[in-house]
Amino acid sequence: METVILFGPLLGALIAGFGHRLLGERLAITLATLLLFLSAALSWWVFLTFDGQTQHIPIMRWIESGSLSVDWSIRLDRLTAIMLVVVTTVSSLVHLYSVGYMKDDPQFPKGESYTPRFFAYLGFFTFAMLALVTSDNLLQMYFGWEGVGVASYLLIGFYYRKPSANAAAIKAFVVNRVGDFGFAIGIFALFYLVDGINFSDVFAAGPKLAETQFHFLWMDVNAVEMVTFFLFIGAMGKSAQLFLHTWLPDAMEGPTPVSALIHAATMVTAGVFLVSRMSPLFEFAPGTLAFVTVIGATTAFIAASIGLVQNDIKRVIAYSTMSQLGYMFAAAGVGVYQAAMFHLFTHAFFKAMLFLGAGSVITAMHHEQDMRAYGNLRKKIPITFWAMIIGTLAITGVGIPTSLMKFGDIPIGFAGFLSKDSIIESTYAAGTGVGQYAWVMLVLAAAMTAFYSWRLIFMTFYGPEKGDKHAHEHAHESGWVMTVPLIVLAIGATLAGMLWYGDFVGAGSQAFFGNSVFTGAENEVLHRAHHVPELIASAPFFAMLVGFVLAWIFYIRAPKIPAALAGQFNVLYRLLLNKYYFDEIYDFVFTQNAKRLGHFLWKRGDGSVIDGTINGVALGLVPRVTRLAHRLQSGYVYHYALATVLGLVGLLTWMSISAGAN
Amino acid sequence: MGITAVAFYLFALVSVVSGLMVVISRNPVHSVLWLVLAFFSSAGLFVLLGAEFVAMLLVIVYMGAVAVLFLFVVMMLDVDFAELRGQLAQYLPLGLLIGVILLMELGLVFSQWSFAPGHVAARAAVTPEGVTNTAALGQLIYTRYIYLFQASGLILLVAMIGAIVLTMRHRTNIKRQDILEQIYRDPAASMDLKDVKPGQGL
Amino acid sequence: MIGLEHYLIVAAFLFVIGIFGIFLNRKNVIVILMSIELMLLAVNINFVAFSSFLGDLAGQVFTLFILTVAAAEAAIGLAILVVFFRTRGTIAVDDANVMKG
Repeated sequence: METVILFGPLLGALIAGFGHRLLGERLAITLATLLLFLSAALSWWVFLTFDGQTQHIPIMRWIESGSLSVDWSIRLDRLTAIMLVVVTTVSSLVHLYSVGYMKDDPQFPKGESYTPRFFAYLGFFTFAMLALVTSDNLLQMYFGWEGVGVASYLLIGFYYRKPSANAAAIKAFVVNRVGDFGFAIGIFALFYLVDGINFSDVFAAGPKLAETQFHFLWMDVNAVEMVTFFLFIGAMGKSAQLFLHTWLPDAMEGPTPVSALIHAATMVTAGVFLVSRMSPLFEFAPGTLAFVTVIGATTAFIAASIGLVQNDIKRVIAYSTMSQLGYMFAAAGVGVYQAAMFHLFTHAFFKAMLFLGAGSVITAMHHEQDMRAYGNLRKKIPITFWAMIIGTLAITGVGIPTSLMKFGDIPIGFAGFLSKDSIIESTYAAGTGVGQYAWVMLVLAAAMTAFYSWRLIFMTFYGPEKGDKHAHEHAHESGWVMTVPLIVLAIGATLAGMLWYGDFVGAGSQAFFGNSVFTGAENEVLHRAHHVPELIASAPFFAMLVGFVLAWIFYIRAPKIPAALAGQFNVLYRLLLNKYYFDEIYDFVFTQNAKRLGHFLWKRGDGSVIDGTINGVALGLVPRVTRLAHRLQSGYVYHYALATVLGLVGLLTWMSISAGAN
Repeated sequence: MGITAVAFYLFALVSVVSGLMVVISRNPVHSVLWLVLAFFSSAGLFVLLGAEFVAMLLVIVYMGAVAVLFLFVVMMLDVDFAELRGQLAQYLPLGLLIGVILLMELGLVFSQWSFAPGHVAARAAVTPEGVTNTAALGQLIYTRYIYLFQASGLILLVAMIGAIVLTMRHRTNIKRQDILEQIYRDPAASMDLKDVKPGQGL
Repeated sequence: MIGLEHYLIVAAFLFVIGIFGIFLNRKNVIVILMSIELMLLAVNINFVAFSSFLGDLAGQVFTLFILTVAAAEAAIGLAILVVFFRTRGTIAVDDANVMKG
């Protein structure tokens, strides 16, 4: 069954990609979608009936080289099951949504067939992601890792006639590559130290590695710290954490379903998955964990701050994603991988829905993405409106705090409330310095999250109609293929948190996760998180309220304030609007220098040295020698005779001197 | 100094000097004549060595045939003497230097040199006693070296043919007979029999 | 006494003069041919001298053959010279560099 789950999407991709000429477009993409729904159904089955025993399902032998023995095989444990559900559910809903969304795309001329290609890429992506999450060894995981990178490149650059899309695709791939390089070094180091890269071997070697010192470049470092550090760099690249985040906003060049699938629910969560999967190693590396927490918390804060002032609806949601990923990493960093996975799970639902809803808005407004051209859309697109309200309630973390009212042990609230708050409580409960830092950052980020999320809602659905009159007049709800996924995800965003709270972070988490997530001996953070002081536990809730109220004031009550504030704090505003000038800095430091190096190597290295040498020899040295040799053949007999005689004299001289014969 | 020595030095000197004059002369006819003298004195040297057959051969073949041939050609070519004032001077120093070096080396070799120990036994054709040089040579040539002899005859044949082939030219403005063409002429194509009545004419 | 060396030195002189003649003259092809004859003569003297002093007739037999070949070569050389003269009108070798590489 697991093989069906894994290869179903691949088959769908192949049918869509290669069979659409044979079967016709509609049939091809319908088959692809159906196959994905099958995968999703089977994934839910697996998830719900999983008995906690880790299964190894071998598929095929791959590498047998010296001490490296790597097979294609599926590792089925709780972590895998969670990811399977997340990936296939969101992917299947996105497939369904794309059937409607990708129709009549203005980027392609009439008559050109582009939809099958899209579905093929989606299917390929899903396959790669599933290969990543079901892998039983680091190499297969790396295959999936790279595969989703490729799929991301293909999908971001789907509108290949747009130069900005192409540039964004390349940027995504290159920045990812930087992370992947770190990941690869981590794998190499692991192989060198452990002599194997199957998870079973690697996990077993965790404690031993914690005691080993490794000489890397000029330093002596702890082996497990080094390995986990490099693995985390890979995670940073894939999950768009600070410093390797520049690709995510630009990735919005791709069609909106792509953003929903890849840049909300699945690919970007691969980094979190990696850290959770490698928890047996990370638990022995407190230094790296502290680094993870700091990066995660800082990313959450900075991304939220940038999202406050963005005007493109998709970009706001993109920065929101980056921020929420920071939350997940902060949780993983303090040792509560369970909370990180819980937030990953719930976040997939509401973020995918927010993206799909945004896509619905964009379609309704004739592909207009700037929120300043929206306004008062709630009557025109009611289903989208209500779905996005639910999504916003989920992401901002609306629920009933404290123990005022609970279902037994489970707090009442939307999905985000449960998962986000458990993370924030955990950071406080960690007790370490970085934990405190993370707590402050995350609470502030929660306030900002509420602000920009509600800002988005208010600007889009409330207020006066700005922008193109014509578009406003014709704004209407999309068909069922696009609204059904929204509704399904909305239900998930509401209930998923409460339904699985106990399993993920509550009393049943130990039994739920089993040994798929390793918790170190001294790691009691999850347990302590449930016992933090009431005031601390309600802090995120109050932060959310602050954000909501401020957004209401700024955008409903007194809409003049934002512009006035922007004018007054111009420097800060521009700093946030330009994303802290990261792109400009990177361009100056890396891109320009890389270009200069490339140019130098091209002109001087290739041109002067290589071409110069070859041309110099062929066009310079050889003709010169030839010309000299040419003079020997003057055509004059007496020259030749002279040469003969000289040769003879030379020979005689040599023979006399070397006393040839007596 | 015995008569042999005098004769030797005389012949040797004349050889060398006339050889030099061959090269230096401006007039090619003079060169040929000096060459003749050089051959003659060499023949004398040969006689002194007891190889009278070779000496006579030298006289008959070289002087009688080759040198005369040279003379014929020189005269036939109608060379313009005026042009031939030589420009020896340009390469004279280099030539002299090379000549001197070569001579020195040859001298060096010859003075240090001596016969190998087994040379007496290694002789290919021992000079028989009591036979004239000619007879002795004849005994060798027609028996042991017969193939080489025939080969040299062939060489001469080839040279003869070659010389003819090289220098023969067809002049296009003279009439010649081509017998074969005449014989194979078709009467029907070249002859027309007409019946003529007596007294009528054509 | 007149020994072998004397004859050899005479031969050496003649040989060198022949070489001298070949590359020293520019104006006369015939002189080149005659220089070649001189060189061959020198070699002949060498052979006969050795033959005489060693008591080995093979030297004289070989001289015979050298003579033959020299004659043949002189004939051919002169034939070539005649043709050369016909095409060029002069026997100067100064400008004869048609075989230039």
